[in-house]
Amino acid sequence: MTENSMPPADHLANPPQPALRLHRELTRVWSNAPGIRGVFTAVNHSTIGLRFMCTALIFFGIGGLLAMLIRTQLATRKGAFLDTEIYNQIFTMHGSIMMFLFAIPMLEGLAMYLLPKMLGTRDMAFPRLSAFGYWCYLFGGLILIGALLMGVAPRDGWFMYTPLSGSTYSPGINADVWLLGVTFVEISALAAAVEITVTILRMRAPGMKLTQMPLFAWYILGAAVMMLAGFPPLILGSVLLEIERAFGWPFFDPERGGDPLLWQHLFWLFGHPEVYIIFLPAAGILSTVIPVLSRTRILGYGAIVASILGLVFLSFGLWVHHMFAVGIPHMALAFFSAASLLVAVPTAVQVFAWIGTMWKGRPQLKLPMLYILGFFFTFVMGGLTGVMLAIVPFNWQAHDTAFVTAHLHYVLIGGFVFPMMAGLAYWLPMISGRRRIKGLGELAFWTILVGFHGTFFIMHLTGLVGMPRRIDVYPDHPEWEMLNLVSSVFSFVMTFGFALFALDCILQAWLGKHARRDPWKAPTLDWAMALPPPAYNFASLPRPDMTGSEYAGGAEVALTLARGEGVLPGAPRGHREVLVTGIGHASPQHVAILPANTALPIQFAASIGVFVLMMLFGLYYVALAALLPVLWFAWRWARALVPAGSVPPVEIAPGLQLPTHYDSAATLTGSGLACFLFANGTFFASLIFGLAFITLVSPGPAPPPLEGQAAVSAMLIAGGLLAAALASLVPGRALKEVSEAGSPLRLIAFGLAANLAALAALAGLAIWQLGDPRVHAQTAVRAALLGYVALQLFITAIFAAFALDQARRGELAAGHLGALRHWNLWQGYTLAIGAISAAVIWAQVLSQ
Amino acid sequence: MMSILKRMAAVSVPLFAAQACAAPLSTLDPAGPSAEAIAWLWWVFLAGAGGLTLFVMALLALSFGAPRAVSERRWTWGLGVWFSLAILSAMLVAGVAVGERLLPRDTALEVRAHAQQWSWTFTHPGPDGTVIETGRDLHIPAGQPVDVRITSADVIHSFWVPRLAGKMDAIPGRENVLRLQAASPGIYEGRCAEFCGIGYATHRFRVIAHDPADWPASVPAQAEEAPE
Repeated sequence: MTENSMPPADHLANPPQPALRLHRELTRVWSNAPGIRGVFTAVNHSTIGLRFMCTALIFFGIGGLLAMLIRTQLATRKGAFLDTEIYNQIFTMHGSIMMFLFAIPMLEGLAMYLLPKMLGTRDMAFPRLSAFGYWCYLFGGLILIGALLMGVAPRDGWFMYTPLSGSTYSPGINADVWLLGVTFVEISALAAAVEITVTILRMRAPGMKLTQMPLFAWYILGAAVMMLAGFPPLILGSVLLEIERAFGWPFFDPERGGDPLLWQHLFWLFGHPEVYIIFLPAAGILSTVIPVLSRTRILGYGAIVASILGLVFLSFGLWVHHMFAVGIPHMALAFFSAASLLVAVPTAVQVFAWIGTMWKGRPQLKLPMLYILGFFFTFVMGGLTGVMLAIVPFNWQAHDTAFVTAHLHYVLIGGFVFPMMAGLAYWLPMISGRRRIKGLGELAFWTILVGFHGTFFIMHLTGLVGMPRRIDVYPDHPEWEMLNLVSSVFSFVMTFGFALFALDCILQAWLGKHARRDPWKAPTLDWAMALPPPAYNFASLPRPDMTGSEYAGGAEVALTLARGEGVLPGAPRGHREVLVTGIGHASPQHVAILPANTALPIQFAASIGVFVLMMLFGLYYVALAALLPVLWFAWRWARALVPAGSVPPVEIAPGLQLPTHYDSAATLTGSGLACFLFANGTFFASLIFGLAFITLVSPGPAPPPLEGQAAVSAMLIAGGLLAAALASLVPGRALKEVSEAGSPLRLIAFGLAANLAALAALAGLAIWQLGDPRVHAQTAVRAALLGYVALQLFITAIFAAFALDQARRGELAAGHLGALRHWNLWQGYTLAIGAISAAVIWAQVLSQ
Repeated sequence: MMSILKRMAAVSVPLFAAQACAAPLSTLDPAGPSAEAIAWLWWVFLAGAGGLTLFVMALLALSFGAPRAVSERRWTWGLGVWFSLAILSAMLVAGVAVGERLLPRDTALEVRAHAQQWSWTFTHPGPDGTVIETGRDLHIPAGQPVDVRITSADVIHSFWVPRLAGKMDAIPGRENVLRLQAASPGIYEGRCAEFCGIGYATHRFRVIAHDPADWPASVPAQAEEAPE
C-alpha cells in the first residue's frame, strides 16, 4: 500500500459481526482498570478529557469565589472586609486561576473528549501524554491553591510585571509560587497542543480530507498551533524571572543592564495570542452547534477556515497593544494599533457567517441557542470596546482602569464562557447519557445573563470616571460608590446563576431520563455512537463513504460501525489499535498500537512535582538531585514503547494489510516530536529575541568586558561545533547500517561521545570565558543561551544513550529503527540552534 | 429580555453618567486639550458601537423565521470583510488624527515627575535658574503646554491626570515624556495608574495649574505645602 493512495470505500468494508461480541472484546481492551487503580492508571481520552473539564470547573468555582470577595470589598468605598495584602493575593489569584487553571484546561479537556469522536478514531495520539498533562495540571494547580490557603499566594497581579515581582520588591515565595506553579501547569498545555495537532493531522478516519473535516477540528488545530508558538515565550519569561529571583541573574534589573520591558514583551507575546487560544475553541463550538440548531449547514466553510488561519497569524502581531503607555516609538504605536484593528476582520467574518447560517436555516430556541444568543449580545459589545482600546489615544485614558476590566470580562465571558456553556448544554446528553430537566437550564441562563450585564456594563463607566483596576479602597471618591455597589449586587446574581447551572448539570447526570441516541440530529461522527460513549468510541472505524463530504454521515452510520462493518473492527489481537492516516487526504498508512493503562503518567508528573517543590523551597541542590527520578521515569516512558518481538501486519479490511507503527516510517511519535521541536524552536527564538533586546534596545550601564581571551573562546566554540557536527552524522549513518548490516554499536557509542565532548566544550566556555552571569544582564542572557544549548545537547546525549542501550540489547534490526530516527531529528535541531548560538556569541566577542 | 435590558441601560446610564461624569478623576470631564480630544473620541465611539450592536442584534432577531436563500459572498465578504474594514479604517484615521495632536512637537516648559513606592517627587524650574522640588503637587502654568518627564526609582508606576491627558508609565531605567495642558487655573487630581504594590490605592498626587502671570513665583517650596 503506497503512502497516499486511497482505496475505494467498498474495499474498506468488513463483513458484519455480532455487535455485542465486538463490544465485549473492545471493552476488555480499552476500558480503564476497575476501582481505585483506574484512577491512577487511566489514559483513555474520554476519561482524561472529563477529568480536565471537571477539574477546570472546580477551579472556575474557586476563581468565582475569589471574585465574590473582590466585589464584596469594593461594594463600599471604605471596604474593611479584606486587608490590602490579602486583597492583592485574591485579585492576582482570580486572574491566574481563570486563565491558567480554568480556561486553558477547559478547552484542552473539551478537545480531548470530543476530537477522537468527531474525527472517527478511538483515542488521542498519545494517551499517556494526555494523562501526564492532566497530573501536571492538577499538581501545579494544587500548589497554587495551597499557597492561597497558607496566605502566601502571588500578589503582583496576574501579569507579574517586573521589578515589582522581582526579589527586591516581592521577597518571600509568593512570586515563586506563580512562576513555578504556572510553568508546571503549562507543561500540560504544551503536551495537549502537541497531541491535539498530531491527532487532527494524522488520525482522521480514512478519507476525511483536511479540507472537509468538521470545523471544530479546524478551530482546535488553530488553537493548538497557537499554543505551540504562544506558550514558549511565557515559559521562557517565567524561567528567566525565576532564575533572577533564585540566583540573581539580572535579566530584568535596570541597574545591572536588564530591562523590565523585556518581561512585558515576553509576557504579552504569550498573553495576547492567549486570548485567541481561548476564543478559537469556543468559536469551534459555535460553528458546530449553530448549524445543527438551525437545521442547516454552515455558511462559508472556506471563509471560516481562512479567518481561523488569519487569526492565528495576526494574533502574534499585536501584543504591544497591552503596552501602549510604556513609551513605545510613535510609528510602532501606529503599526500595532492598525494590526489590532485588523484582527477584528476575521472575527467579523465569523460572526456574520454564523448569523448568515441562521438566516439560511430555521433556528430553534433550545437551551444551547439561548447561550449562543447570550454570546452574540455580549461578545459583540466586548469586541467593540476591544476595537476602541486598540486606538492609542483612547487606550491612554482607559488603560488599567475598570473599563478594561469590563472589556476583558465581556470578551472572556462572552467569547468563552457562554459558548462553552452552549457546548456543555449541547454535549451533556452525550457525556451523561441523560436528558436534561426542563426549565432549570433556562432559569440559570437568564440569571447569569442579567447578573453578568448588571455587573459589567456599568463598569465601563466606572472606569471612564477614573477608577483604576486593582485598588481595594476609594475613600475620597463617593462618586464611584453607587456604580460599584450595582456591580457587586449583580455579581451575586450572576453567581447564583452559575450555581443553578451547576445544579442543573448535577441533577441531569443524577436524575435525568436516559437520552436517545443523537438527540440533536447532528451530522457529525461524535453522535454516531451509544450514549454515553463506550471506551473505544467506534467498534469499527468510519469508511470514506461516511466521512467524504463536508460533514460525516451522522447517526445512521452508528449501527453499521457497531456491527464492525467499517475499518479495523474490534480488538482481536488484544491491542488498542487505531488507524494512522496521511495529513491531506487521510489515506490509510499504518496501524498504531497505543499504550494501555499505566501508572507511569502520574509517577512522571509526581517526580516533576517534587522538583518544583524543592525549587519553591529554595533547596536547589536537592532540586538538582530530584531531577534524577525525572530522568528515570522519562527513560522508562520510552522503554515502555519498545515491542517485545516482531509484530505482524494487521488486516484492516478483507485483503488490505497495513504494517504496524513499529515497521513504519512516518509514525505518530515522529510527528509529535516535530511539533515539540517547533515549540522548542519558538522558545529558542524568544531567547534570541531577549538577547537582542537586552543588547540593542535596553538602556542602562554597559556590560563589563569579557574575561577570557578571544582565541580560547574561538577554539572552544569551534571545537564544540565540530563535535556536534560529527555527532549529527551518526544517527543517519546508523540508520543505514541497521538496515544493511545489523547492530552499529560502536558507531552509536561514537555519537554519544561526540555529544558529550560538545557538552564539555560548552562547559569550558561557560566557566572560563564568559564571566559571572550575576554581573550584568548581557552576561546573564548569554549564560542562559549557553544553558539552553547545553540542555539540548544533554537531551541528545540521552537519545544516543537510549539507542546504545537498544543496540546492546539487540533490539535494532532492519525495519526496527528504535530511537534512531528521533535521535536524528533532535540531533539536527541541536546542531542548528548550536550553530546560531555560536554565531551570536561570537558576534558579541568580536564587538567587545 | 434583551430589550428590557437595553431600556434599563437607556434610562439608567445617562442618570449615572450625569452624576458621575463631573468627578475629580473623570476622563469624561476634560479640562485640557488632550483629554478633551480623547473624550470626544469616546463619545463618537460610543454612538458608533451602540449603532453597530443594534444592527447585529437586529440581524440576529431577523434570523428567527423561515429559512431563506442567502448569498455567502454578501455575508462573508460584504459584511465580514468590507463593512468591518470600512468602520475600522475610519476609527484608525480618527485615532491617528487625534494621536498626532497629542504628541509633543515644539519645545515646551519641562517639569519632572519621579515616582517611588508610594510617593512622587516633582521638580520645576524656579525663578532665576533655581529648582523647586515638591512632594504632593505638580505645579504648571495654565493655558500652555508642559512636558512632564516621567521616571521611576523602583517599580513601574504610571502618571495619570485623567482630566488633562492620558497616562504614561514611569519605568525604572527609562524616561518617558507626556505632554500636559490645563485650559484654566485649578486643581486637578492625579494618581498612579499601574499596580505598584501594597500602597497602590493611595499613590496619588495633584496637578495645580496657576495663572501664567504668577508662574513660577506662585510655586510653593516643598516645606510650605499644606499637609493632606
